[in-house]
Amino acid sequence: MQGQGHGTGGGAGYRRAESGTPDTRPVPTQGSRRLAVEREILAANNSHAARNRERWRGQGVFAVNLVSSPGSGKTTLLVETIRRLGFVFPVAVIEGDQQTSRDAERIRATGAPAVQINTGKGCHLDASMVERACASLDLAGGGLLLVENVGNLVCPAEFDLGEAHKVVILSVTEGEDKPIKYPNIFAASDLMLLTKVDLLPHLVFDADGCLDYARRVNPSIEAMRVSSTSGEGLDRWIAWLARGVEAAREGARR
Amino acid sequence: MHEMSLAEGVLDLVSEQARAGGYARVTGVWLEIGRLSGVEIEAMRFCFDAVVRGSVAEGASLEIDETPGSAWCLACAASVTIGHRADPCPRCGGWQLRPNGGTEMRVREIEVE
Ligand SMILES: Nc1nc2c(ncn2[C@@H]2O[C@H](COP(=O)(O)OP(=O)(O)OP(=O)(O)O)[C@@H](O)[C@H]2O)c(=O)[nH]1
Ligand SMILES: [Mg+2]
Ligand SMILES: [Zn+2]
Repeated sequence: MQGQGHGTGGGAGYRRAESGTPDTRPVPTQGSRRLAVEREILAANNSHAARNRERWRGQGVFAVNLVSSPGSGKTTLLVETIRRLGFVFPVAVIEGDQQTSRDAERIRATGAPAVQINTGKGCHLDASMVERACASLDLAGGGLLLVENVGNLVCPAEFDLGEAHKVVILSVTEGEDKPIKYPNIFAASDLMLLTKVDLLPHLVFDADGCLDYARRVNPSIEAMRVSSTSGEGLDRWIAWLARGVEAAREGARR
Repeated sequence: MHEMSLAEGVLDLVSEQARAGGYARVTGVWLEIGRLSGVEIEAMRFCFDAVVRGSVAEGASLEIDETPGSAWCLACAASVTIGHRADPCPRCGGWQLRPNGGTEMRVREIEVE
């Protein structure tokens, strides 16, 4: 769709500037007037997100927004992560899916509290959904809040939830070119987890090439290789989370 | 398709503006959408037409100004034009780029009566 220049043409009833690019603003008709608005389309979501961020800062909550395509292994990774963390600090999970509460149930089986959000036709979580979900979680003591977004590599990129970081999860069965095919989500994320690396021996997947592609759209993105099945790389990921929690709790004490 | 949420966001903003000013109808909406924003213009139009039905902005014309993508190239120490987030710098061919334009999603103006 890019580069086709659609959507800017002004037809009858639209004035054109003397030269250069056409001025496509509607010409006021009789009895009507134009008002300058100049507001971000996502202004409402962004202010909800800012509120979440402020509340979590005060509570000492380290919130992470996990984004990926469906089936990349998010819930499996969260279950393994929570098991290994061993509740040295509070952990809570918000699960976003269009339908069912299966993922929240998988999380609860670990002993961690989880709230399921069903978005129905919606393809992403937004900040007010997360705010409502937080009302049924006890986050007052700080700790780790893991938000599993709806499986979708496009829409969640644009919706700030108030998280400290977006973490994009890409499983090795998806192909190494995803970062350049869906650049916005990789650009919006601070960390890329390459999951299911236990499968690499069975696949033709260029892991270095994948990181190269990710750095094209986000030169400062961090990357880790993990497997929930073999446990490879989980220590590093868990250490990254623990550092975030420590910094958040430290910040709240000040 | 997040264009549906975006279109709802546009409708909320313009309805609020119309209500605040005491206007009965919104007849035109002017958006600025950057080429790096990830918004599909055709999807946006489709969703806009769907969400304004039965609202204060029913039948409003939608004008979308697509702003070009630009980025700061660390290697060139210059601002360059790019068409897509995964494009290389047109000057040096590198990817040390920080987008600095073309990510906008704004409601600029409305026409009311
Ligand atoms: N081999 C292998 N399989 C895995 C790994 N992690 C997850 N899987 C499998 O991948 C499939 C999807 O895993 P989930 O954890 O449900 O993925 P998800 O991203 O939460 O899925 P959605 O919430 O539906 O988007 C399951 O069959 C898992 O067993 C892994 O590290 N290695
Ligand atoms: Mg899941
Ligand atoms: Zn350059």
